[in-house]
Amino acid sequence: MPDNLLFAMEATLNGLTAGVMYALVALGFVLIFKASGIFNFAQGVLALFAALTLVGFQSGQIPFAHLINVIFGTRIHHFGWNMPTVLAIPATVLVMILLAILVERFILKHLVNQEPIILFMATIGLAYFLEGVGDIMWGAEVKALDVGLPKGMSGAVDDMTFAWFGYGFYIDRLELWAAGIAAILVASLTIFSQYTKQGRALRAVADDHQAALSVGISLRFIWVLTWSIAGIVALVAGIMWGSKSGVQFSLSLIALKALPVLILGGFTSIPGAIVGGLIIGVGEKLFDFYMQPIIGGATENWFAYMLALVFLLFRPQGLFGERIIERV
Amino acid sequence: MLYREAGDFKTSYVADSQTFPIKFDRYGYYFILGFAFLVMPLIINDYWANSIVVPFLIYTIAALGLNILIGYCGQLSLGTGAFMAVGAYASYKLMTAYPDFNIVFVIILAGFVTSAVGVLFGLPSLRIKGFYLAVATLAAQFFLIWLFTRQPWFYNYSPTGMISAPTREVFGVAVTGPRASAVSMYMICLCFLVSLAWLARNLTRGTLGRQWMAIRDMDIAAEIIGVNPLMAKLTAFAVSSFFVGISGALLFTVYLGAAEAGEAFGIDKSFLVLFMVIIGGLGSIFGAFAGAAFLIVGPVLLKLLLVNTLGWPTDLAAHLEIMIIGALIIVFLIVEPHGIAALWRTIKEKLRLWPFPY
Repeated sequence: MPDNLLFAMEATLNGLTAGVMYALVALGFVLIFKASGIFNFAQGVLALFAALTLVGFQSGQIPFAHLINVIFGTRIHHFGWNMPTVLAIPATVLVMILLAILVERFILKHLVNQEPIILFMATIGLAYFLEGVGDIMWGAEVKALDVGLPKGMSGAVDDMTFAWFGYGFYIDRLELWAAGIAAILVASLTIFSQYTKQGRALRAVADDHQAALSVGISLRFIWVLTWSIAGIVALVAGIMWGSKSGVQFSLSLIALKALPVLILGGFTSIPGAIVGGLIIGVGEKLFDFYMQPIIGGATENWFAYMLALVFLLFRPQGLFGERIIERV
Repeated sequence: MLYREAGDFKTSYVADSQTFPIKFDRYGYYFILGFAFLVMPLIINDYWANSIVVPFLIYTIAALGLNILIGYCGQLSLGTGAFMAVGAYASYKLMTAYPDFNIVFVIILAGFVTSAVGVLFGLPSLRIKGFYLAVATLAAQFFLIWLFTRQPWFYNYSPTGMISAPTREVFGVAVTGPRASAVSMYMICLCFLVSLAWLARNLTRGTLGRQWMAIRDMDIAAEIIGVNPLMAKLTAFAVSSFFVGISGALLFTVYLGAAEAGEAFGIDKSFLVLFMVIIGGLGSIFGAFAGAAFLIVGPVLLKLLLVNTLGWPTDLAAHLEIMIIGALIIVFLIVEPHGIAALWRTIKEKLRLWPFPY
């Protein structure tokens, strides 16, 4: 087999695993969009915040230590113990649920019935706010996150592909794990929304707010619920991205890439988020692979957006989205 | 009485449709103009020019442009930073290619170049809107910045990848480059701002502005009553990008002097200008001024208070700043979705009736 084709195949595989990561962030967007019609720009910062909190708990950092030190002249920084990961993850989940309650209490409640674009801009404000809070709470330096997931080259894939093609593909074990976890996440979310009472209520709200209210579903509870789930999905995404490249601000920029993913997949479809993520992941890796000699590198920065832009012109509702019908 | 329409008799249609119908407002406006042109040049110094006044003037132009697009025409754009970069790089290429060309025309031409690019990226707005359009403009943001940092032609193959503005003069006074004084920087920005604000005000209350507003309020209904959505949306993109391009050209040539696209015109610039428009007030000329003033002066004051007075470390102050800006955006959207301009309007209404409540 020609080398070029093999490299392209490796790039495709890498793209698929990267796409899973994008899809993980996009999932959180879709959940909130379906339940409340809000396009949550803060999803990426939510993932950053969750990862920061997890690292903070694990290493026993004192929240707001920097601020407290400056105001009171103390010199505290750590509690002096390390929380095991099994405890730190539930603790972070609790923080994310608390955050969901606060968001509902202080933002969403006051913006009921506003135009979607106002809500969108409010989530941009929330993104900035959370970014500032995260930095002040846990410090802004790049942190390593380790929750015990395996890392490094996957030997099995390397051996297998070497046996087949005489050339071993490099696949990160972490990304294989991410794919597995994403599959479990999607399966459990689907089961939750299809077979539980709260899940059905959630779908009812997504369908029609007023009708849901009139049959006795608490809108406020459902919002807290969706934001909590989105927070937990953000935590999963944060763990994956954080273990891969460290917990740092660029995490929230990666999340911006979830936007083209959503456009491709459609804003209301969970399978769409996965498929969109995979297309973007593979597309940008292959595009970079073939175009680098011609137009230069780092095309990943914009390829996803341009693809989405072209896609929008032909199919604005996305691959799996519901058709948009407008009336005066 | 001080703040009344009464006694101010309008004898012609022109007088009746003027921007400031109340005499007090009108004199206030003349006073501010006179102060800005005659007194400020005498008292301005380097510190004031560099930290507050010049950035305020430049960002007001950008905010005016974005306000035309978002506030008047209802098309959300997150690509302002990149369009500013187009203005900056266009002015750089023009300045280096035609050294004898007057800088004022260079900046205006840079505005037209940006206008063309803006129309190109505004084309999708004919089919899509809302956040879909926001993603389309994000494509502009990332693509253009990549273009300016990766394609050497745009920065004249300079080894650092930076562009720097050579010295150019207007009426024999250097306005760009290291020899430019605070006064000349201030004056050129002020002249651009005043003429562009005048243009924006008169465009938005004419046929074009009304078409934009009709599209904003409901595009299908506007189409039915005879507004051509193609023309209305594309002109909004063109005019808005023209303003933003001039602001970017001024930011680079006059204020920064040297710039690198990714750093000076990143996505945070897009958000900064968007926040100015939201806090100042969507769909208001005054709002652009108020929002820019708020977001330029606010951080400076905060830094003075925290770093210089309380002695806090700068990184902590910076984090607190983004936190406060984010919180303010939310508060404004909840309490007063139309921003500072709406607050100002309420104050004026109250003032007209004062001392009676209604």
